[in-house]
Amino acid sequence: MSEIRDDGFDDWLDAAEEGAAYSLECPDGHGSLPPRQVCPECGSTELARQQLPESGTIETFTVTHVPTPSFEDDAPYATAIADFGPVRLTGQVAGIDLESIENGLEVEIAVTVSETTGERVLTFEPV
Amino acid sequence: MSEVRVAGVGLTPFGNVPERTSRDLFGQASIEAFEQSGVARSDVDGVLYGNFMGELSEHQGHQGPLMAEAAGVQAPATRYESACASSGVAVADAVKRIRNGEDDVLLVGGAERMTNLGTAGATEALAIAADDLWEVRAGTTFPGAYALMAQAYFETYGGEHADLAHIAVKNHDNALENEKAQYQRAIEVDDVLEAPQVSSPLGLYDSCPISDGAAALVLTSESYAEEHGLEAPVAITGTGQGGDRMALHDREYLARSPAAREAGEAAYADAGIDANDVDFAEVHDCFTIAEVLAIEALDLESIGEGVTAARDGRTTADGETPINLSGGLKAKGHPVGATGASQIAEVTSLLANEHANSDAVSDATTALAHNAGGTVASATVHVLEVVE
Repeated sequence: MSEIRDDGFDDWLDAAEEGAAYSLECPDGHGSLPPRQVCPECGSTELARQQLPESGTIETFTVTHVPTPSFEDDAPYATAIADFGPVRLTGQVAGIDLESIENGLEVEIAVTVSETTGERVLTFEPV
Repeated sequence: MSEVRVAGVGLTPFGNVPERTSRDLFGQASIEAFEQSGVARSDVDGVLYGNFMGELSEHQGHQGPLMAEAAGVQAPATRYESACASSGVAVADAVKRIRNGEDDVLLVGGAERMTNLGTAGATEALAIAADDLWEVRAGTTFPGAYALMAQAYFETYGGEHADLAHIAVKNHDNALENEKAQYQRAIEVDDVLEAPQVSSPLGLYDSCPISDGAAALVLTSESYAEEHGLEAPVAITGTGQGGDRMALHDREYLARSPAAREAGEAAYADAGIDANDVDFAEVHDCFTIAEVLAIEALDLESIGEGVTAARDGRTTADGETPINLSGGLKAKGHPVGATGASQIAEVTSLLANEHANSDAVSDATTALAHNAGGTVASATVHVLEVVE
């Protein structure tokens, strides 16, 4: 990856590392993720940060055995989609045996690093 | 409204030819399409060309003019990129251009060179169809994204991996006689269930192969076809395109494809038909679960019931509505940028009784081609009918 940061996205990871992950919310309550200028649901340009709840729930997951080169040394690894209320997120699942991951599992957001690249990875850990 | 005739179709064999460039492949497909059409290259008004990963696999941008040149056509050319729906959207735009009277003859198609990247490289290239920041950087691969949809489907509607295995078996059976198919060999349900896992619950045999290949179509206005006495009995009578949020986690449903539904409803309305009129369909089965989501979105199966359609024989070659008689992406192969146009080519040949599997649908008059991009943030559906 480039050394140049991605505004919005890297800021979000910084916040998540501090336990302060957030979504963006328009006046009509539509949640979305940065970087974003316009609400994708209604076109509102008034987006404010909204603290995410401390935990979310896994809605679906998979264990990937054939990774991209960027995750070559990380495989096999689990990714999941978890519901945090105003938004869902996609992240890797850590801190639990791959066989024990199930839908409905309650998780919190963490930021880990890829064993392959050292890049930061949005991660879910069981509460 | 003026019909758009499919005057000629051309396909290279799909497969593993890493040394062949996409310009070489597309040139070959175009020769077959022009020969079948009887249309002079000098009559072509424009080239619409689909390609997804040419920058990564061939270090080649600006492919429109390159492909016009490869086809021996001197006309303005545009490259379309919508991930795996790249040539589906090219067809959709071509239909509109001919219908509105802007153009009479268009060369439409696509190509992809993939196997030169190797499995890891192709996996990385395919992943860019997802949201880089919020999906790919968390480790989402293309099979992984469809695995998330499959797991969500099982959780929501039921079904199991063995149901999906029957889809792979069916599509391999359909490809047996298709000389353009990458895999002309039968497989068993146990082969699918025992194959190495790619991204659970999907294994190697739930996944389409990595493929090289090209497809070309010569599309003409009805008036051009009549004036030139073309033998072009099949027309595109309905077109529809649908869209959705880019990332799977931003969609309302994790186990449905609203963009395909939107495209299908538009195409049905455009052609003045409904799902009951469809005799057979080519749908975008990049993974076995994708065929389930497609036939449900197109109302060929009810929501939650598509998963058993192959196992119960409703979508097999001798079933009520055969799906992917070409072998589909699963067995025919999936050179990404060529796929949408190749589906139109297969449907046309099947309807014209010129396909190895035409006997399975000898009385058919109406069929669909459904092409999808990413986890179906893009979709096109076309209705084809025998009009002569």
